[in-house]
Amino acid sequence: MPASAQHYDEMNLPGAGKNVREHVREHYRHLVEWLAAMPPERVAEKRREADLLFHRVGITFAVYGDEAGAERLIPFDTIPRIIPKEEWDLLAKGLKQRITALNRFLHDIYHEQKILKEGVIPSEQVLTNEAYQVAMIGLDLPNQVYAHISGIDLIRHEDGSYYVLEDNLRTPSGVSYMLEYRKMMMRLFPELFASQSVLPVEHYPGLLLDTLKAAAPREMREPTVVVLTPGQYNSAYFEHAFLAQQMGIELVEGADLFVKDGRVFMRTTGGRQRVDVIYRRVDDSYLDPLAFRPDSFLGVPGLLSVYRAGNVSLANAMGTGVADDKSTYPYVPDMIRFYLHEEPILKNVPTYQLKKAEDFQHVMDNLAKLVVKEVQGSGGYGMLIGPTSTKKEVEAFRLRIQANPANYIAQPTLSLSTCPTFVEQGIAPRHIDLRPFVLSSKDVKFVPGGLTRVALKDGSLVVNSSQGGGTKDTWVVE
Amino acid sequence: MLSRVADRIFWMSRQMERAENMARILGVTSNLVLFGTKNELQQKNLMAPLSITETDETFFETHKKLTLPALLDFMALDEKNPSSIYSCLKWARENAHAVRWQITSEMWETLNATWLELKSFKKKEVVGADATRFFDWVKDRSHLFRGVTYGTIVRGEAFNFSRLGTFLERADNTARILDVKYHILLPRVEDVGGALDYYQWAALLRSVSSFETYRTLYRDQIFPIKVAQLLLLERKMPRSLAACFDQVTEALNRIDGQNDQAAKRLASEIHARFTHADIEEIFQSGLHEYLETALDDIGELGNRIQRAYLGTV
Repeated sequence: MPASAQHYDEMNLPGAGKNVREHVREHYRHLVEWLAAMPPERVAEKRREADLLFHRVGITFAVYGDEAGAERLIPFDTIPRIIPKEEWDLLAKGLKQRITALNRFLHDIYHEQKILKEGVIPSEQVLTNEAYQVAMIGLDLPNQVYAHISGIDLIRHEDGSYYVLEDNLRTPSGVSYMLEYRKMMMRLFPELFASQSVLPVEHYPGLLLDTLKAAAPREMREPTVVVLTPGQYNSAYFEHAFLAQQMGIELVEGADLFVKDGRVFMRTTGGRQRVDVIYRRVDDSYLDPLAFRPDSFLGVPGLLSVYRAGNVSLANAMGTGVADDKSTYPYVPDMIRFYLHEEPILKNVPTYQLKKAEDFQHVMDNLAKLVVKEVQGSGGYGMLIGPTSTKKEVEAFRLRIQANPANYIAQPTLSLSTCPTFVEQGIAPRHIDLRPFVLSSKDVKFVPGGLTRVALKDGSLVVNSSQGGGTKDTWVVE
Repeated sequence: MLSRVADRIFWMSRQMERAENMARILGVTSNLVLFGTKNELQQKNLMAPLSITETDETFFETHKKLTLPALLDFMALDEKNPSSIYSCLKWARENAHAVRWQITSEMWETLNATWLELKSFKKKEVVGADATRFFDWVKDRSHLFRGVTYGTIVRGEAFNFSRLGTFLERADNTARILDVKYHILLPRVEDVGGALDYYQWAALLRSVSSFETYRTLYRDQIFPIKVAQLLLLERKMPRSLAACFDQVTEALNRIDGQNDQAAKRLASEIHARFTHADIEEIFQSGLHEYLETALDDIGELGNRIQRAYLGTV
């Protein structure tokens, strides 16, 4: 399927022919002129320079089950994705609204459960969810914040408006790439930044540290905050190390921490040191082998009991997964109305839940036109994109769905917007999405920007870096 | 500093230093082989690096015959040999990778680039006529890493553990290099003091970059006892055991620990020994035996450092 059919072009106005510079959207005009004036050799040279620098600095991404590519670079495209300030402001408002409602929802379902009692969301939908954490029931968290750090995946549909594709409230990654790509772009093309006002994102680590400190179990002057990583073989290890370094805090592994006398400590060369806040990049079920998976070496034995006693904070909290689950997703607009008495600013993609008989029938009848996802899946694994799949693939997936319908949701195929991208043949439109990062403490904060992922194959809609997607710097311009 | 991090930095520095000294040992062996015409001596020359690194058993598990190319392949490039240059550079880089947020980006980039460059050497270059070029490259990378470290890292625990690792490893390695001579003793008494003997000692001095230092400090012919004096007790010689232990005790004294008395006590004891030792006495009671004791003590100090600061238990 060509990338053209029906989609929103981020750069060109509808009806614009090739090389018609008058027909680009205003906020891209500057870039287009600059690109036109740039000799292709220089562009190629700059791209090689970027590759070399990324390799040397070791900004890498590990791909599961790929032995040869144990450490791979994510392809970086040097043409930025540009968002005008007014548009960003609206997005930011929508993100704040959505995250606030999601945090209220999480507090509610682990306390009074009002939203369930009033029948807005079916109880069994929440209480039987794998990610619903019984250990969280009745536990009071500082500022009632559960998802301190979230990454919301957005796409722009052919109607020009943004849709939320997925709320990532567990351990969303990608923010380090956002920061490194900006640094790289400023290094490669300083002239572009000198001539227009790109809003900065560099203060993100500072905001993150403030957010983590605010999550401390009680008021303290200098809480000790650490980043907990599964270790250097984790796919996002670069990011864990990067963030710890940028915040000037320790990057710990499970074995560095231990529980004694109802507190968490880390082992240091000078003896033990108490830890107050853990920015954990380890999944719930690996956090404490005494409470969850006994075979896990990634966690800290006894951590849960300290957490429940309120002597250490976790960011994000345990049990947030129930709110970003694909089966909970269809209810987010209702959550916003229920808790905030507002109309949702950001749109949800219409979603069919296959456990419902009428939805199931509709999906079965239209499988080749739909995108089907596993409720618990992530990273672009375990999904079917009807329109780009062969008949055989569709039928194989049908059998999987029939075996366990409740495990799937389906959505219409959205046409992701496109942005010009360097490909082998030159510059061509490629589909993109956007993941802004949202920080929640007493209030909600973010930096203007996010991670733009791009599907490098012509016509492809899969932007995940584990599936051959690339990335772009994201500019909010004033 | 986190114990795990200190451990990685300590070993990263040891492995880089070990890679350099491996290159030095292999350099001297390749040189000595040029002089040894008799087959028996040839075999001794080739055996020496295996004996002093205690890898002879591992070598003969996979090799039947000991030849120079086989030795160089095993000691330089074999991933199964934990002391090979390949393994040292690989693990130095792995350790740096695990703590790259605690070291400077220049340090990480140096070790990463070294590792990437290592893979561009072809086997026939390393085990053949170009071996010297490879050894020089290894030494250059080690010098570069040490310089980058010294020039960029904050004077804190990371620096202390890096210095500790470097000089503990160097002390160990210099002792082993000096012991090479024991393993290639000339078969006939009348050869001692002859031309071949001279070449052996001179090659040994060159391997630790101190042939010129010897001349400058002693203004004399090459005498075994003075070579030993230089490599063991001469503080001005930066690879001597005395100089290494100046650095080891200095680094240790800067580190604050809770249960590190045992480590600090032993380090001071060894330091005092090299400060006050008399080379004549050492020779009378046997240089090889003296070196063996020194190596045991250095090993024990390593264990105590591990327990005091780096233990994971």
